[in-house]
Amino acid sequence: MKLFAPIRSFLSETGSVARFVSRYFQEIFQPRYEVRQFIRQCFTIGYKSLPLIGITGFIMGLVLTMQLRPTLLSYGVVSKLPVMVSLAIVREIGPVISALIFAGKISSSMGAELGSMKVTEQIDAMEVSGTNPFKYLVVTRVLAATLMLPVLTVLSDAIGLYGSYLGVNIKDHTSLGLFFFEVFNTLHFGDVLPATIKTFFFGFAIGIIGCYKGYNSSKGTEGVGRAANSAVVISSVVVFIIDLLAVQITDVLGLN
Amino acid sequence: MMTENIHTNTTNEPSTIDPVIVIKDLKKGFGDRVVLNGFSIELRRGESLVVLGKSGSGKSVLIKCIIGLMLPDSGTIEVLGKNIESLDHKHMDELRSHIGFLFQSNALYDSMTIRENLQFPMRRHLGRLTRQEVNSRIMETLTNVGLANTVDMLPSELSGGMQKRVALARALILNPQIILYDEPTTGLDPITAREISKLITDIQHKYSTSSIIISHDMNCVKQTADRVALLLNGVCYAIGTYNELLHSDDENIKQFFE
Repeated sequence: MKLFAPIRSFLSETGSVARFVSRYFQEIFQPRYEVRQFIRQCFTIGYKSLPLIGITGFIMGLVLTMQLRPTLLSYGVVSKLPVMVSLAIVREIGPVISALIFAGKISSSMGAELGSMKVTEQIDAMEVSGTNPFKYLVVTRVLAATLMLPVLTVLSDAIGLYGSYLGVNIKDHTSLGLFFFEVFNTLHFGDVLPATIKTFFFGFAIGIIGCYKGYNSSKGTEGVGRAANSAVVISSVVVFIIDLLAVQITDVLGLN
Repeated sequence: MMTENIHTNTTNEPSTIDPVIVIKDLKKGFGDRVVLNGFSIELRRGESLVVLGKSGSGKSVLIKCIIGLMLPDSGTIEVLGKNIESLDHKHMDELRSHIGFLFQSNALYDSMTIRENLQFPMRRHLGRLTRQEVNSRIMETLTNVGLANTVDMLPSELSGGMQKRVALARALILNPQIILYDEPTTGLDPITAREISKLITDIQHKYSTSSIIISHDMNCVKQTADRVALLLNGVCYAIGTYNELLHSDDENIKQFFE
């Protein structure tokens, strides 16, 4: 029945992803631990993504401030610019934009790298050499992505707020101290914590999807390209789905 | 007239010679397609056995089953006296440290230097060696394959033939008892292919290894084989020395030697 083929394919893929995730949680707690490879991945995934995510955060903060100013001016509340921008950046724009940039950079590179290792038998060579390739390649990358994205998001938020401070100073004048006093006066525990927690889930989803696509790629170089491409597309969509769920959960918990 | 010494359609003949690999009635299929359909063979200690067959006949599947990268549907594979299906991960890794595997695509880690490529198997199995001992083992092995000056280069900086030599060095780094070669001369020019075939025989003598060589390159077969097994329709159709098969009257055997 051709009609049901896409449904069957979707269910089969979902089952396969679930097995992959379950294997990740089994392997992560079992020795031996690939500590050196994990640190290397943290450096590659975290440190090397910082310039891109920092620039994006800076531009978002600056642009958001300049675009909000006329509206706030018309209501006579331009002094609330730091309040508006800080809430927007910390609660939503910082985590989501950082996650999307991260997905574009990291998920695609994981998909392409593991995919190419798969088709050139490097993953088999690892297994033959007595190394568990899943632990060495997948567990280290997913864990690094899960832990590095929250750090990158906090840094991106800080850079974005500095961009906003410069944006305010284009038309008005305020000191750095006063701007950040306003920002910290506005932000509460309930603004920062849920936004930070969801970035762990974003990081995990981006890492696991990138690795899954790469680790299961086939059909030569075409398969590698497809793995990289679908890793970015699916992880970007999943970031929005997690964001949608996170806002519902924080709403139920009264944190909005 | 079939040559007397050629055994066709081999069954599970017991061997009096110390075998290092014994495969009995191996079956492996993918969906409806049966690739190996009761394949039986023995690799004797110190011999070089070439498995000859057409493309897609299941040669690579056979050695991937031997090394445990694929699970057979049925049949038994004994390597160095151990049935590989009964081994857990730890014991399988231990067994694999006695087997070198040369991949058809070389499978060198392209993000690592040659030194790191050769270090990779050692970090698991020879973890107690000092850095100096590791480096000296690497240099010794690279010298044996004629590439001592490439130690700090990346695989992408080497030619196809050099990559094959490095891959062979990596397969040798743990001093294995058995080496499995998956189409070692495929994709190489005739001169380099001949050099690699000669290197395989040199390595065989220097390291006293037993080898299974998967190939359909007749020059390589002629140069390296002590015995040749013909894989046809999923079974070991014939086995004998190169000359025995070369002079066979069987049409199925003759087609490989024409």
